[in-house]
Amino acid sequence: MSQYTAVTDADRREMLAAIGVGSIQELFDRQIPAAVRLQRPLDLPAGLPEQDVYAHLRELAAKNTSAEDEITFLGAGMYDHYVPAVIDMLLGRSEFLTPYTPYQPEVSQGNLQVMFEYQTAISELTGLPVSNASVYEGPSAVASAGYLAKIANKRTKFVVSRGLHPHARDTLATYAHGFGAEIVEVALADGVTDAAAWAEAIDADTSAVFFAQPNFLGAVEDAEALAAAARAGAGDACVVVGSYDPIPLGVLKPPGECGVDVCVGEGQSLGNRLDFGGPSFGFFAADDKHLRRMPGRIAGETVDADGRRGFVLTLQTREQHIRREKATSNICTAQALNALAGMVYLAWLGRDGLVELGELLLQRTHYARQRLCALDGVSALHEQPVVREFAVRLEAPVDAVIRRCQAQGVNPGFALGRDYDEFGDGLLVALTEQRSRADIDRLADVLGAAVAAERTTVGASA
Amino acid sequence: MTALTEGTPMQRDAATTIFEKGAPGRRAFTAPALDVPEVDREALLPGRFRRASAARLPEVSEPELVRHYVKLSRRNFDLDTGFYPLGSCTMKHNPRLHERVAGLAGHARLHPLQSPEHAQGALELMWNLERALGEVSGLPHVSLQPSAGSHGELAGVLLTRAFHEDRGQTRTKVLTPDTAHGTNPATVTMAGYEVVKVGTNADGGVDVEDLRAKADESVACLMLTNPNTLGVFDPDIVEIAEIVHGVGATLYYDGANLNAIMGKVRPGDMGFDIVHFNLHKSFTQPHGGGGPGSGPIAVSERMRPYLMNPRIVRRDDGAFDLDSDGYEKSIGRLRGFQGNYGCFVRSYAYICSLGAEGLADASETAVLNANYLLARLRQLGVADKLPLAFGELCMHEFVLSGSPMKKDLGIKTLDLAKRLLDHGYHPPTVYFPLLVDEALLVEPTETETRETLDAFAEAVAEILREAGDDPELARNAPYTTPVRRLDEAAAAKRPVIRQSL
Amino acid sequence: MADASYPDDLLYHPEHDWARIEDDTAVLGITWYAQDALGEVVFVDPPEVGSTVTAGEPYAEVESVKAVSDVVAPLSGEIVEVNGDLGDSPDAINNDPYGAGWLVKIRLSDPSETEQLLDAAAYEGTLS
Repeated sequence: MSQYTAVTDADRREMLAAIGVGSIQELFDRQIPAAVRLQRPLDLPAGLPEQDVYAHLRELAAKNTSAEDEITFLGAGMYDHYVPAVIDMLLGRSEFLTPYTPYQPEVSQGNLQVMFEYQTAISELTGLPVSNASVYEGPSAVASAGYLAKIANKRTKFVVSRGLHPHARDTLATYAHGFGAEIVEVALADGVTDAAAWAEAIDADTSAVFFAQPNFLGAVEDAEALAAAARAGAGDACVVVGSYDPIPLGVLKPPGECGVDVCVGEGQSLGNRLDFGGPSFGFFAADDKHLRRMPGRIAGETVDADGRRGFVLTLQTREQHIRREKATSNICTAQALNALAGMVYLAWLGRDGLVELGELLLQRTHYARQRLCALDGVSALHEQPVVREFAVRLEAPVDAVIRRCQAQGVNPGFALGRDYDEFGDGLLVALTEQRSRADIDRLADVLGAAVAAERTTVGASA
Repeated sequence: MTALTEGTPMQRDAATTIFEKGAPGRRAFTAPALDVPEVDREALLPGRFRRASAARLPEVSEPELVRHYVKLSRRNFDLDTGFYPLGSCTMKHNPRLHERVAGLAGHARLHPLQSPEHAQGALELMWNLERALGEVSGLPHVSLQPSAGSHGELAGVLLTRAFHEDRGQTRTKVLTPDTAHGTNPATVTMAGYEVVKVGTNADGGVDVEDLRAKADESVACLMLTNPNTLGVFDPDIVEIAEIVHGVGATLYYDGANLNAIMGKVRPGDMGFDIVHFNLHKSFTQPHGGGGPGSGPIAVSERMRPYLMNPRIVRRDDGAFDLDSDGYEKSIGRLRGFQGNYGCFVRSYAYICSLGAEGLADASETAVLNANYLLARLRQLGVADKLPLAFGELCMHEFVLSGSPMKKDLGIKTLDLAKRLLDHGYHPPTVYFPLLVDEALLVEPTETETRETLDAFAEAVAEILREAGDDPELARNAPYTTPVRRLDEAAAAKRPVIRQSL
Repeated sequence: MADASYPDDLLYHPEHDWARIEDDTAVLGITWYAQDALGEVVFVDPPEVGSTVTAGEPYAEVESVKAVSDVVAPLSGEIVEVNGDLGDSPDAINNDPYGAGWLVKIRLSDPSETEQLLDAAAYEGTLS
C-alpha cells in the first residue's frame, strides 16, 4: 500500500478470494511468460513522504534562475506576461483539472463550452472562420499545417521564410521528411522575408508557404504581400500558412484579412506560464474550405433531447479514432487546460485590453530599441516596424555580454547566434507589460556597461 | 411557474456563453500606465499593418468572469468527485502535491531559453526523470520531448524511418494489430508508411501466423500495445519479437497500458526497441479535460543515434547542459523547446513519492482492482449479459461485450453508459476496441477503494435489472445531468463551431 | 426512416451498393442495409463530374457522426452527374435510399459488368 492506494491486508484477502487466486503475483504469473518477467525490484530510489518530495522539488527549483529572480528580456517564442490570479484559481479547480477529454458530453458541458468559446475567441483574433480546440504547441502546429496542405493539394514543396521560428522550421522539416515533402528556405533581407527570393521560390509545385508574424527578429512582415505572391506563383490551391504571435494581434491586421489560409501559433503568452517551455497550447485557425481537413478536436453547438442548448465534439470523422490511417492528423486530444487559460486570459484582457496591451508594448518596445541603439557598440539589426521584440547587433561577444548582464540580475535577451549563423553578433530583446521603463533603463545601463567591458577585454587581448 | 419545477437546478440554468455576458466598457484588466515618452502610433506601426477594428472579445468584470467559469466548471464531471473507469485512459488520482511543486516560481516561471547554467535544477530533474523512465521501460535512452502519446508514436515511427534509411533500406509498411488505438494507423500514414493490419487470435493476442505471413523485408515496424486494448497480455510476445526482428524491422511499444506492468515486466526485456510513455496516464499528470499530456519515448541502443535533439548531457564537472547536436543522426525536433516540463515536474514528483516499491504496488493494485471488479460483476450475475470478451483474468483493464445485453434486454452499451451517469459514475470507454461488439472497456486504476468498486458493480447490476423491467429507462438516460442526450447528428450536419457575434 | 426494402428493378453489389441501369448509364447509391448500418448520414463527399469510377473501387465517402464509409462502385464508367441535393440534406440517403438518396449517375464503360451483379433476392440472401 502506498499513500495513493487503499488495499489493506483484509481487503486483499477478500479480493483475492473473490477472484479465486492465491496472491497478486499469481495474477501476473498466470498472464505474463516467465521468460520476460522482471525478477528484481526496479533500480530506483525508495519512495519519500510528501514533505520530503516537496523539499527536493523546492531545492531543484532553487537551482534555476526564473523570471522572478532576474529582470528578463528573454522572448524568442515564449514571453513572461503576467498570469492573472483568476487563472490559477480556475485551473486549480478539480472540475477543470481532473476530467478526461469530453467523451460523455452530458457531463462535460463546462469543458465543451469552454472549447466553443475558445474557438470563437481565436476566430475573432485571427479573422478566420474556423478554429479547432487547440493543438500541442506552436512549432508542431506549423508542422500540422504542412500536413493539412499536403492532404489538400497533394503537392510536395514547402516554401519557408527564414523568419519563421527555428524550432518551427526544424519541426516542419522533421514531419515533412516523414510524409515526403521538401523544404525550400527563403532568406531574410533587411530583417524581413526577401520578397524577390520568396516570389522566385514559389512555383506551381508549391504546396504551402510559411512565414511568421512578427518574424523571429521581431519585425512586422508584409503579410498581404507574402500571401499575394504565393497566390500569384502557386495559385489558389497553395496553402498560405502564417505563424502568429497572438499578443500583437491586438494591433496587427488579422491574418484572415491578409490572405492567410491557415493561421497557427504558440498560445503560451495567452495566460500560460513559461514552465521551461510547456505545457502550453498551439492555436490552429483556417479558412472555411479547410474545415474538414482540420486536425484535432472541434466543439460544436447543438440541442439536447429536451431542446436545451448544449455542446458536443463534432466533425469527429476527421479524427484518428474513426478515420484511422486516413485521419487528418494523429493528434488525440487538445491542450484543453492550457486553452482554457488562453480563453480566460482573453476574457480578462477583454476587447479593449488586448488593444491597450498592444499599444503599450509598441511604445515601450520603441523606447527600449531607442535606448539600446544609442549605446556605444550597440546598433539596430534592422529598421523594420516591431511590436514587442527587436534585434540589435553588439560589437562584443554576445554570450559574454549576456553573462555579464546576468551577473547584474538582468537577462538582456536571446543570443541570435544560437540559431542564426549570419547573426552571430545579434541579440533579440523582448518586452512584456511586466517590464517597466525602469527595467528598460536598468537594461540599458547594464548592457552598455557589459558591452563596454567586453570591448575592452577583446581590445586588450587583441 | 412550471418552468421552475422542471428539471434539475443545473438544467434550468440555461447555457450562456461569456460572449453573451458583460457590457461594452466592462473589464477585468488594467493596463500599466504609459511610462515612456509617447510616440505617434502611425510612426511606430504604419496603418497598412494595423487592425481596423478590435477583435470582439468579451467585456466583463472580474466577478462576472469568475462566476461564469466557476459555473461552467460545475457542468463537468471530474475525477476528484467520482469514479472514472475510462478504459485505456488510466484515470488515477492526481496528487495535489504535484500542482504545488509545479507551481514553484523556479519551475513555473523558468524561461525555456534560459542558459543551461541558470537552469541546472530543471535539467537535473529532466536527467533524473529520463533515467527513471529508462529503468521502468528497460530501454536506456530517453527523450522527453514529445507532447503526448500520439506525438511519441510519431517520434517512434520517424526514428524507425531514420534507422532504415541509415542502412540504405527503403521499407514501405508498418504493421498494426486490428485492436490498435486509432493513433497508431494515423501516425503511420503521417510518417509516410502504409498501414498493414495484423489479425487477432481467439485468445485476444496477435495472430502469429498472420504476422509471419505479413512480416517481410518491406516491413519497417510492428506497433504493439501489451497488454493490448483487450486487456490481454500477449503470451507470444517473445516469438512476435523474434519474427519482427528476424525481418529487420523495429518493434514499437504503445505505452498506453504501461500502468499494468510497472516493476513487473519491461518493454525492453520483451524485445521492444521503442516505447512511448503517457505521463498523463501511468505517471498521473492530470488530464485537464483533454490535455496537456506528455509522451516521452525510450529506445534501445540501436535506435539511440536518431533521437530528437537537443539532448540533455552531464558534463565531467557534474553540470548539466543542453546539446543541440547531442544525437549525431537525429531526426530533428518534434516541437519547440524541451517538451512539457510542467508535466515532467509532476511525474518526477510522483516517481519520487512512490519509488521502486510504490510503482510496483501501483501496477499490482491496478491489476488486483481490475480483476476484483470483474469478479464482482460475475458474482452479481452480470456476466451473462456482459461477458468478458477474451480470457478469464485480465491485466489492469478488461473488455466486456454488451452484445447479449443488447439482444436480451434491448439496451445497448451506449444506454448502459448513459444510465451510469445518473448513478454518478463516469462510464467506461464504449465501442472500443472495435473488434468487440458493443464493447465496454473498464479500467478502475489502483487508486480506487474496494468500496467504490463494489458500489460500481452494484450500479451496473441494478441497471441491468431495471432494463429487464423497462428498457426505456436506460434508452432515454441520462436524466439528472446538466443536459440530456445531445443531437450530435445535427451538430455534424450544420456545424456551428463558433458563435456569431 | 423507411423499412427494409430491396427493389427488384435494381442490381446489387455485395458491398451494399445498388445500380439502376438506364441504357448506357446507371444511377448508383447505397442499399437500405448500408444506410441502416451506418446510421444517420450527416455528410457526403461526392466525386467530381467527369472523373471515372472502377467497379469494386471506392468512389465516394458517406459519414455518420461516428463512422465513415467508402462507397464502392458496382460498375465502371464516367461520372456524368452527382446528386447535389445531398449537400443540404444528406439524410435523404436514410429516408429514401433508392430515390432521393441516389449518389451519382455514370456512363458505363463496360456494360457487360452488369452480369457480375446480384439481383435483389441474391443480394438479400447475402445479408442473413
